[in-house]
Amino acid sequence: MNGMMLAPVTSMHYLVLSLILFCIGVVGVLTRRNAIIIMMSIELMLNAATINFVAFNGQIIAAGGHDNHVGQIFALFIIAVAAAEAAIGLAIVIALMRTRDSLNVDEIDLMKG
Amino acid sequence: MPFIFYILALVVVVSALMVVTRPNAVHSVMWLILTFFAVAALFILQGAEYLAAVQVLVYAGGIMVLFLFVIMLVKLEQVEGFVRSRMRLSAAVVLAGLLLVSVGVAFRLAGVVQAVPLPDGGLPGSQAGPVDLSLVSGNLEVVGTKLLTIYLLPFELVSVILLVAVVGAIVLARREA
Repeated sequence: MNGMMLAPVTSMHYLVLSLILFCIGVVGVLTRRNAIIIMMSIELMLNAATINFVAFNGQIIAAGGHDNHVGQIFALFIIAVAAAEAAIGLAIVIALMRTRDSLNVDEIDLMKG
Repeated sequence: MPFIFYILALVVVVSALMVVTRPNAVHSVMWLILTFFAVAALFILQGAEYLAAVQVLVYAGGIMVLFLFVIMLVKLEQVEGFVRSRMRLSAAVVLAGLLLVSVGVAFRLAGVVQAVPLPDGGLPGSQAGPVDLSLVSGNLEVVGTKLLTIYLLPFELVSVILLVAVVGAIVLARREA
């Protein structure tokens, strides 16, 4: 293992990971046409944001702010809002299935968006 | 032990790619659950145990079951696979790559991100010196106390948001009588 000594993990590592995760989510939203999978890609992007919050919170704690957990608490709120978003989005999916009989977002163009 | 981070990061990236590329939506959900578990493990690495528990309970437990229910409710034959249009795929990859590069360059240039070493999963006993257990085990207590004192108002507002979301979901999904 001597030749495999890796550099210590820093907040930058987490930020780069979160950036990659966010970009994967962007690719999913742009390429998939199924509304459910687009919502899953959005969940990926929200999770990338959560990783960022926790990493910056870790940076604060490492810099001496042992009593500062604002990043983790904000991440909790992100998770709660993501739950609300999933409930509404999936209800919209069911309503779409009922009225248009399709989940292809290219065919759902009533509002000419 | 930095390699724990690298293994988890690899799991996150590979399973996220699988989420985006699997033709079958149910498979996507399964890979997404794996992504969420790996992200939760990353939270534990950073000492955010409470957040990791919430991530597993709410995301991997609640939201993903909701997704599975809806996929079972709608006709799966309607669910089409990965996009066939090569132009759209390459445009999306180019756009995401541009985003990746530009934000990466911004990381380098802005200088707000100090490369602070974070806890990376070394077992407490393996580190030099005695470990203060009161510092190690207090995350749930600290975050929970703050959530119900300093952040009480946002906490209550989130409950209102969830209530509105539930009522809205029922209104949207209800069969019109």
